[in-house]
Amino acid sequence: MSTNQAAKPVIIRDAINMALADAMADDEKVVVLGEDVADPEEGGIIGVTKGLSSRFGEQRVRSTPISEQAIIGAAIGASLVGYKPVAEIMIMNFTTLAMDMIVNHAAKLRYMSGGQTNVPIVIRTMAGAGASQGGQHADFLEAWFAHTAGLKVVAPSNAADAYGLMRSAIDDPDPVLFIEALPIYWKPGACPEPGHRVPIGKAHVAVEGSDVSIIGYSRMMNECLAAVEALCAAGISAEGIDLRTISPWDQETVLASVAKTGRGVIVHEAVVPFGVGAEIAAVVTERLFRQLKAPVARVGAPFTPVPFSKPLETEFLASPGKIVEAAKALM
Amino acid sequence: MKTYRPDSPTIIEMFRRMALLKANDERARQVIKSGLIRTPYYSYRGQEVIPSAMSVNLTDQDYLCTVYRGIHDMLAKGLPLRALWAEIAGRVNGTCKGKGGPMHLTYPKKGVMVTTGIVGSSMPIATGIAWGAQMAKNGRVVVACFGDGASNIGAFHESLNLASLWKLPVIFLCQNNRYGEHTRYAKATSVAHIADRAAGYSMPGVHVDGNDPIAMYGAAREAVERARAGEGPTLIEAMTFRFHGHVLGDADAYMGKGEKEAAIGADPYPAFRAKVIADGIASEARLAEIESGVQADIEDAVKFALGSPFPGKEELTTDVYGAVS
Repeated sequence: MSTNQAAKPVIIRDAINMALADAMADDEKVVVLGEDVADPEEGGIIGVTKGLSSRFGEQRVRSTPISEQAIIGAAIGASLVGYKPVAEIMIMNFTTLAMDMIVNHAAKLRYMSGGQTNVPIVIRTMAGAGASQGGQHADFLEAWFAHTAGLKVVAPSNAADAYGLMRSAIDDPDPVLFIEALPIYWKPGACPEPGHRVPIGKAHVAVEGSDVSIIGYSRMMNECLAAVEALCAAGISAEGIDLRTISPWDQETVLASVAKTGRGVIVHEAVVPFGVGAEIAAVVTERLFRQLKAPVARVGAPFTPVPFSKPLETEFLASPGKIVEAAKALM
Repeated sequence: MKTYRPDSPTIIEMFRRMALLKANDERARQVIKSGLIRTPYYSYRGQEVIPSAMSVNLTDQDYLCTVYRGIHDMLAKGLPLRALWAEIAGRVNGTCKGKGGPMHLTYPKKGVMVTTGIVGSSMPIATGIAWGAQMAKNGRVVVACFGDGASNIGAFHESLNLASLWKLPVIFLCQNNRYGEHTRYAKATSVAHIADRAAGYSMPGVHVDGNDPIAMYGAAREAVERARAGEGPTLIEAMTFRFHGHVLGDADAYMGKGEKEAAIGADPYPAFRAKVIADGIASEARLAEIESGVQADIEDAVKFALGSPFPGKEELTTDVYGAVS
């Protein structure tokens, strides 16, 4: 059982907090660092780490200066000598300031050392448009990291998966980028069972269907599942797949689904060109070309920065309507 | 303030390390120029004093993070010659199975944790290792090596601030060889001495002649003692010069006329050799014996490396990820 049905629902923010607290209680090598993560700074702007420094002390829950490169460097270094740091980069756009540490070092030290060292760190970061933040605080940049050998990338859509993926990410012997989505932090869901792990690399078939596979992750699962419902109401049996892990993505589950339905729509918040959807569409097409009843479709943002003005921001984002339209075009 | 001075056995050990480093660089340039090994090579000839004087103050359990011009740092720290040469030659029995190369040599058994090809990036990771040592309360210290050019990159400033704030046991060891790639110090750096920048991060900044083994030993020892005592980081700026430019084959046309010749004329190696003899610490015969000993070890390593197999194709896709338990 991955969830505790008797317990009250929890929101994603609190599920992540529970996962961090449980991991810290289970293993004293788990440490947390990042801007504002200690309680006197309120446990981060969202409050994901609230309560951890009171419970585990400021040695293990360290607020840092606004120094993204130093934060990830500190996490990498501590991980090389036996610790399991969970580093927070407040907003995904700020990972740009630590790209050297993430891409040149965290991702490659195992390989370049011939397996003598490894970097078991988790990098938590927040993405997601819709809160009128404009161009530098909302980007989903997962494709950059998924394109880097040596990194793993996960993006949960609900509280139970957030808990289970965080526990797996902390257990993992390699660096894992854990993407949290601002628009769904307060989304309630079934309470995760303490200690439960969601394996990295395993997708979840959220709704079964037979005519078209709708594949998404993170906050876009809300839009995907709304589209699945609307399609069903229109007499089209849609299957909804929550990828959960972006890299390595679950080819087995996705290919089995599209082989069954003959149609696939991949949905993400990020811009469409060179995105995760392109990789999935390429693999699906390479493997299932003769079984496809229609070309694989992608739904995501147009090739623009995230705009500020509300109507533009709304237009930028994928919506259930856009997903339904894309799916219907395949029929 | 105490002035630490090395005793006679330490002086002889520093000389041995300098002899090893110098001979190794000479042999490396020779082998690479002959075409037997294909690699870009960043000669450290001229900078041997700094790691020799630093490393005699460290144990195998202390840590080193260094950069692409760093083979002298690793050898002084104890990285074995055979594994070094096999790695430089891209062979499977190199330190990193031939997958790192000279810019990414790693050997945790002797504390060589990270070698980076990115200017300045030794420092954030060294700071993190020092945080780990502080949490583990194991008394270990970390040395982060970098060049003068790296003091202008953000990583330097973020690392010094964090290390000072958290009082971490790390020594920031700047080997100021007066050039960042092809650009002279004064054209790239706004302060007269990099050591001056320590004041901005509330830590001691030590400007020392990195070609003077006795002075360098004293500066290194003091910084190590301070770190071990939990008093926090030190920035050492050790003045030196690289005799063979940025990368092997560099024509050095950007240098001032006579600058390189003057530096080579002041080569610290023969100077220290003469001093050790003149001070009666060791005889000429003893030093010659040390030199022929390291030379033989290097020849053995070169032969070992060139006779070693290349990695099999399966190595291409191993060590990207570890096994999930």
